Amino acid sequence: MRRNSCLRVLGILLWLSLPLLLGGCSSALLDPKGEIGVEQRTLILTAFGLMQIVVIPVIVMTLLFAWRYRRGNKEAAYHPEWAHSNRIEAVVWLIPCVIIAFLAALTWYTSHSLDPHKPLADEEGEALEIQAVSLDWKWLFIYPEQGIATVNELAFPVDVPVHFRVSSGSVMNAFFIPDLGSQIYAMAGMDNDVHLIANEEGTYPGRSTNYSGAGFSGMTFEAHATSQQEFDAWVEQVRQAPETLTFPEEYDALAQPSEDHPVEYFSQVSPGLYESIIKSFHTGSGHDDMHGGHGEMLMSAEAAE
Amino acid sequence: MFGKLSLEAIPYHEPILVAVGIAVIIGGLALFGALTYFRKWNWLWSEWFTSVDHKKLGIMYFIVALVMLLRGFADAIMMRTQLAMASAGSAGYLPPEHYDQIFTAHGVIMIFFVAMPMVIGLMNLVVPLQIGARDVAFPFLNNLSFWLFAAGAILVNISLFVGEFAKTGWLAYAPLSGIEYSPGVGVDYWIWALQISGIGTTLTGINFFVTILKMRTKGMTLFRMPIFTWTSLCANVLIIASFPILTATIALLTLDRYLGMHFFTNDFGGNVMMYVNLIWAWGHPEVYILILPAFGVFSEVIATFARKRLFGYNTMVWATVCITLLSFIVWLHHFFTMGAGANVNAFFGIMTMIIAIPTGVKVFNWLFTMYRGSLEFSSPVLWTLGFIITFTLGGMTGVMLAVPAANFVLHNSLFVIAHFHNVIIGGVLFGMMAGLTYWFPKAFGFKLDEKWGKRSFWCWLVGFYVAFMPLYVLSFFGAVRRMQSYDNPEWQPWMLLAWVGAVIIMLGIICTVIQFWVSIRDRRKYADVTGDPWDGRTLEWATSSPAPFYNFAHLPQVDSVDCFWAQKQQGIQAVSKGPYQDIHMPKNTAAGPIISLFALILGFALIWHIWWLAIVGAAGTFVSFLARIFNDDVDYYVSAAEVERIEREHQQRLKLREQQPEDESVPNTRFGMQV
Repeated sequence: MRRNSCLRVLGILLWLSLPLLLGGCSSALLDPKGEIGVEQRTLILTAFGLMQIVVIPVIVMTLLFAWRYRRGNKEAAYHPEWAHSNRIEAVVWLIPCVIIAFLAALTWYTSHSLDPHKPLADEEGEALEIQAVSLDWKWLFIYPEQGIATVNELAFPVDVPVHFRVSSGSVMNAFFIPDLGSQIYAMAGMDNDVHLIANEEGTYPGRSTNYSGAGFSGMTFEAHATSQQEFDAWVEQVRQAPETLTFPEEYDALAQPSEDHPVEYFSQVSPGLYESIIKSFHTGSGHDDMHGGHGEMLMSAEAAE
Repeated sequence: MFGKLSLEAIPYHEPILVAVGIAVIIGGLALFGALTYFRKWNWLWSEWFTSVDHKKLGIMYFIVALVMLLRGFADAIMMRTQLAMASAGSAGYLPPEHYDQIFTAHGVIMIFFVAMPMVIGLMNLVVPLQIGARDVAFPFLNNLSFWLFAAGAILVNISLFVGEFAKTGWLAYAPLSGIEYSPGVGVDYWIWALQISGIGTTLTGINFFVTILKMRTKGMTLFRMPIFTWTSLCANVLIIASFPILTATIALLTLDRYLGMHFFTNDFGGNVMMYVNLIWAWGHPEVYILILPAFGVFSEVIATFARKRLFGYNTMVWATVCITLLSFIVWLHHFFTMGAGANVNAFFGIMTMIIAIPTGVKVFNWLFTMYRGSLEFSSPVLWTLGFIITFTLGGMTGVMLAVPAANFVLHNSLFVIAHFHNVIIGGVLFGMMAGLTYWFPKAFGFKLDEKWGKRSFWCWLVGFYVAFMPLYVLSFFGAVRRMQSYDNPEWQPWMLLAWVGAVIIMLGIICTVIQFWVSIRDRRKYADVTGDPWDGRTLEWATSSPAPFYNFAHLPQVDSVDCFWAQKQQGIQAVSKGPYQDIHMPKNTAAGPIISLFALILGFALIWHIWWLAIVGAAGTFVSFLARIFNDDVDYYVSAAEVERIEREHQQRLKLREQQPEDESVPNTRFGMQV
């Protein structure tokens, strides 16, 4: 009797875990604000649903078999030497194979369709380029077309594809805005990228997800997805800021470790700041002395594989 | 004179550490005093520390693992408490300086110094018995492996009171672990603790690989081996193939840190992606080193307590072999977000999912072993049932993580934390608890108390779900791993719930401690006189409990899977008969502890840059090793008369029991459903 109630408690617990997941409907991942995130939500739910074909029967069979074939049960059959059945073996290999085959196809397709390196804009120039550099412990965002930069604050117009180029001025981090979708690693000396878009106006929290040292927890920022007018006004506001960001002096000062860094605006940046930061790590192999050609090439994470 | 070491390295200004330190000193003094008072030092040294008996080494592995489990769990509950507090601008009670060391230590300890020694300890205890051998292939090496592992564990614990531990996460990703970003001694503690214990693990892998292949008894072909031995064989293949990668990777990091080289630095051609690839090329097989033997335990437990042959033995073996091979071609799934191309990501994602097929098949085989069986709900069975359900859920979230495009939003979040605790607690830990309860009588001659064992199980099971389901939820809100505080106040209730879960798990650990105490106290009541307390199927139950140091008076002969069970069905008695012969056995040796002590000194000196002491440590290690190599006096013969005496004693006990059948030490119905 007591065993029975214990099993029931277990069952209830398991069922509780489902609504817990579903209860996250208003969460960043289950209620995303951009096209990429929406597709990823569909993918997660599809994969989750598919696997229930195996998971639920396994849980039910575990409880059922354990209870039915308990030692005290005189009614159940007992065949101590029965240990093989081609039919059962075929089924238990086949069902997981079919599900995994389906998931594998889905994986192949979505790995390409949701490849973070894949541009969202049909033509180059339609997308806004923002360069994100992780520093100890803050995010530097450079807007190359606007010639401005910020620390720990992002803004971009809604419904415009954004091409984030992501690198690091320090250790490895990862750039992530959960409401919008894919994250990507930020690594020193490397030019990584992720394409995202916001389809709803709003302010979305962003952060580094890859542990990077003492100030890691404070490496958060806000991303404002706004109308084009508001974005232009924001750019204008940044342009009014007294600070500028020159390479290497002012950049080096900014790159010094700091925790919970406040938002900062820089009205002007050295041209090619992002490229300069990346190249500053390409030391010791003659890159600095080379003119054009190979020396100008930035190593992308993809190319470096 | 003392390198970087000075009095400032002692954290006397940290109240928590001072309290822990005082407790350790008092406890240590009490233990020291007790050993001296009861004159047990000699016994400890000659019977245990220098022993080459695989069963004693297995027990020592387990003791260290359980002590380290307490340490690792203390870290865990400190982290959960911190996160339950540090919400919406509150800093909590652990500054990043401490918090970062704690989560690093928690991971390192739980994997290297709890899960690994439990798995290796169980292999030590069981494998030679299951294959009908008298010891492992290289008994001295086995002792050395244990002591090298112990030296690593000691180094990790020294870091608590002298200096600091790494603040890098358990895998110490470069360049954060490089000298530029981690100039302290923390990473050096990590390096030398893992290098020294890692060499021990590699030696264990070689040892058991050779043991299983070369020392099986007559008639035990590969496909008559018990499943636990099969999974151990595969785990040891993985150790041999993967641990050298870890050793080499850490060696390269060491060159970066000590000699200013640039393998994994940001500049001068260093490549951090290489570090991440290498560490996971070891790291992924590592998780299968842990889980495969656990699978083996469940296979033994379920067949024994269902009193039925394991369903699909051949399938089980091939599924294990498949997992072994596949585990080497999936490592990139730990970093899909590094930015590799779609084809690469898709390949590794699909390879990862394919592992779910043989694993799924194993789950069904366990289910169909219960089917038409006669299942006794003993505590090992409860752990097994808890495992099947929990691990299935963990496997499901694992497959979700294996889809690269989904991984892009789940990676580095609490989803990953929840997933791997789902499989490591639900798989490895449940497996080790089942195995511990199952084989405990073989090691000590009496069974563990069932009531407290079941309480422990329920606490662990419920505690696990309460502690980790909230983390799955939080991951959907963007909560990430390794954060010391967070801004969003909505996360706090979930964090509090997770804390409650950790407390329930703590109750489970307390139940286990009480279980040991009660069982030792009532050991006469729980005595296992027959050597076969569960009506077992495999050879380890064919000898007395605890097994004599030579394991079997006559090496058994095998003609089928579950040979012992078949013999019992035919009414063949397992009791040995004369005439007996002299038995060739290895001698105990002090070489293992001595070599490892010098290795410990070497490690400590290198951490603190005390070069003269490093030379002493290195020379001592080398010379004591040479001394052992040139020592020819390593074996002896147990006389037939001695064997006869020991076997007679066992037979005497059996007779006594038969004369008093109403004695309450008749155990088999005790654990039935009626409890």
